Amino acid sequence: MTTKEKETKRSQQQDVEITGSEAVIRSLIAEGAEVIFGYPGGAIMPVYDALYDYRNALRHILTRHEQGAVHAAQGYARVTGKVGVCIATSGPGATNLMTGIADAQIDSTPLVCITGQVTSGLLGTDAFQESDVVGLSMPVTKWNFQITTPEDIPEAIAKAFYIAASGRPGPVLLDITKDAQFGKLKYKYAKCHKIRSYVPEYPVNKEKLAEAATLINEAKKPFLIFGQGIMLGEAERELKGFIDKTGIPAAWTLLGLSALNSDHPLNVGMLGMHGNYGPNIKTNECDLLIAVGMRFDDRVTGTLKTYAKQAKIIHIEIDPAEINKNVKTDVALLGDAKKILRLLTHIVSPNKHKEWVKEFKQAHAIEDKKVIQSDLYPKKPGLTMGEVVRRVSEYTKNKAVIVSDVGQHQMATARYSKFTQPRSHITSGGLGTMGYGLPAAIGAKLGEPNREVVVFAGDGGFQMTIQELGTIAQEKLGVKMVILNNHFLGMVRQWQELFFEKRYSFTEILSPDFVKVADAYGIPGNHVSDRDKLDDAIKVMFETEGPYLLEVNIEKDDNVFPMVPAGASVSDILLSPEDATK
Amino acid sequence: MKKEFIITTYSENHIGLTNRITIILTRRQVNIESLTGSESALPGIHKITIVINEEEEKVKNIVKQIDKIVDVLKAFYHTNEEMIYQEIALYKVLTKSLMESDEIEKLIRSHNARILEITPEYTVIEKTGHKEETQELFQGLNKFGVLQFIRSGRIALTRSPIEKLSEFLKERDELLEKVETRSKLRKAN
Ligand SMILES: Cc1ncc(C[n+]2csc(CCOP(=O)(O)OP(=O)(O)O)c2C)c(N)n1
Ligand SMILES: [Mg+2]
Repeated sequence: MTTKEKETKRSQQQDVEITGSEAVIRSLIAEGAEVIFGYPGGAIMPVYDALYDYRNALRHILTRHEQGAVHAAQGYARVTGKVGVCIATSGPGATNLMTGIADAQIDSTPLVCITGQVTSGLLGTDAFQESDVVGLSMPVTKWNFQITTPEDIPEAIAKAFYIAASGRPGPVLLDITKDAQFGKLKYKYAKCHKIRSYVPEYPVNKEKLAEAATLINEAKKPFLIFGQGIMLGEAERELKGFIDKTGIPAAWTLLGLSALNSDHPLNVGMLGMHGNYGPNIKTNECDLLIAVGMRFDDRVTGTLKTYAKQAKIIHIEIDPAEINKNVKTDVALLGDAKKILRLLTHIVSPNKHKEWVKEFKQAHAIEDKKVIQSDLYPKKPGLTMGEVVRRVSEYTKNKAVIVSDVGQHQMATARYSKFTQPRSHITSGGLGTMGYGLPAAIGAKLGEPNREVVVFAGDGGFQMTIQELGTIAQEKLGVKMVILNNHFLGMVRQWQELFFEKRYSFTEILSPDFVKVADAYGIPGNHVSDRDKLDDAIKVMFETEGPYLLEVNIEKDDNVFPMVPAGASVSDILLSPEDATK
Repeated sequence: MKKEFIITTYSENHIGLTNRITIILTRRQVNIESLTGSESALPGIHKITIVINEEEEKVKNIVKQIDKIVDVLKAFYHTNEEMIYQEIALYKVLTKSLMESDEIEKLIRSHNARILEITPEYTVIEKTGHKEETQELFQGLNKFGVLQFIRSGRIALTRSPIEKLSEFLKERDELLEKVETRSKLRKAN
């Protein structure tokens, strides 16, 4: 038996007296956790001490900052579909997690975050490194709970995993006082499968299903839009089955990307602010809008006053609170996307919608001519983000896990990467958290060690969590980092250019030589500025074993288009800066 | 149009739950007119009654957000007309003013209020009713000087004969058995 197997076996013994902190570790193993991310400190030391005896069964990744730990756990959760786990100490350790927890909440990422807390007798006394973590995290967690007695630990962890992963997933936080970690309990583990006050999903309503089918069968110009719910609900195959049978064109939100193969003939592109031209204008021309596993975020809808007013709307969604929150629906189908799409596919009539699909192709041709060609095959000197992203994607045969940070490069990544399998595009959508990319890529690589993992980051965002280069070096993680350096906080600069009279207030940013920084960590890298050297540089990056950093010089005025200006209608999408000044 | 709505929640009696509920309101800039918590007819199940002044559409969304809280069993909203409700008010006046004339006593009688406690110094009067009624009595008494005044949050019951909680719990149990969540499906595999 290997050490790992021995430890796992030991963790499974029931009815033994152990400490609360050992119970934490055993419970994590019982829930199938294999990798956890964290950072030690006073109030969580007993848990770290217990971890020492299980370090082969439960791999711990020491990040360089707790924000790195939580984003890494998010990246891990997003590629694997499992619950991501991170641990931190009380006070500053816990507050450093908050950005990632808020990010996971708005992007429905299943997480269990464990924080140490001062001894229960000291709660509320402003003890050293005490902060009200349950209070702080309340608005940004799906559930949170403070544990003050060791006996409560196994049950609370079981509940935490169940809540994090079921229904609409989300982050859960457990705050464990030091005395609960030190105290003893008779350990027994049972998974949680039911909580009486919590309905993770509702059974499918058959009448509504029939109503939806009628609308679908009668529609002349139906349009399907989908979000991350497809992947969270493991409904990729059902989505494909549904559109293949009905011939309905489908577009994705930023977080829905990779749920449907990029080259599927009915995949018409991205929705929203920097989405594709066709999906945006056709939203206001279709007669039926079928939204699946998405929440009508304002970056997707633009102004609601003119959003799809002409269309009937079907909303397939697991979270009842999302129904009619932003957009009034005609038929709401509450429940699991996988089951609903499967049932719907059975009862709808086959169709082709040839003419209608052609309209999307025509819109694409317009965008291709006005935007895409010059992004991908620019005639002028100076590299564009689009061409770098596309070349990297092609080099990996569109099979890589692509992670992005936040900004212009994020939009270029979403627009120009291609995907052939789900759970392959990882980015911070709802919160738009700069600094997400690098640590999320660490989590993604640990979740998918046999796939290429590439992170595209901006010069600004990369510096927000640049310290995680240390984690990559220590763990020898083969993450490929591509910094699209435009020497600016590009996305903000773009808004200043378009909407603030080119008053570039504090968006010019000085950066270190990123390749030298990587070198200081023992990570190889290279610079590239010329088009004719790009392919070679990409090739060397992938051929180099282990991590690699490629810093690419990008033209600073390489703005992202198309664009639906904030508060505008999706049909008023701009294809070029000239459109904006019109 | 904004009007008064009563939100009722049934929940587990867990630490911090009231906070979780109120931040849903404060985040949406909704002012809480009153909030009361108590046990329900079923032991272990806590009931919170909140009064807000809002548009119905917004109230609907808020109630769904409250309902989504893991420890909340169910949240409802009602208009005032749909519920029987009361508030209780206490008034403290000088016993001297009570003795000086029979005006205060008349007020107490005509408002169906009662005296809770008389000391040589002060007298405490209690009145149960809707806000307008307890307010009206306040105005009357204040002519003689009210030393202290307090009004409770609203408590409210629906017009259906019994609290259908035990039935609700049974139905909930059946519902939870019926939905095959992914974790259940995995367990079965
Ligand atoms: C933590 C955080 N702070 C500020 C912002 C606002 N913001 C959005 S994009 C952006 C610029 C990002 O610059 P860079 O990382 O260089 O990417 P680029 O847009 O140039 O590709 C900023 C500052 C944010 N999204 N997140
Ligand atoms: Mg930049």
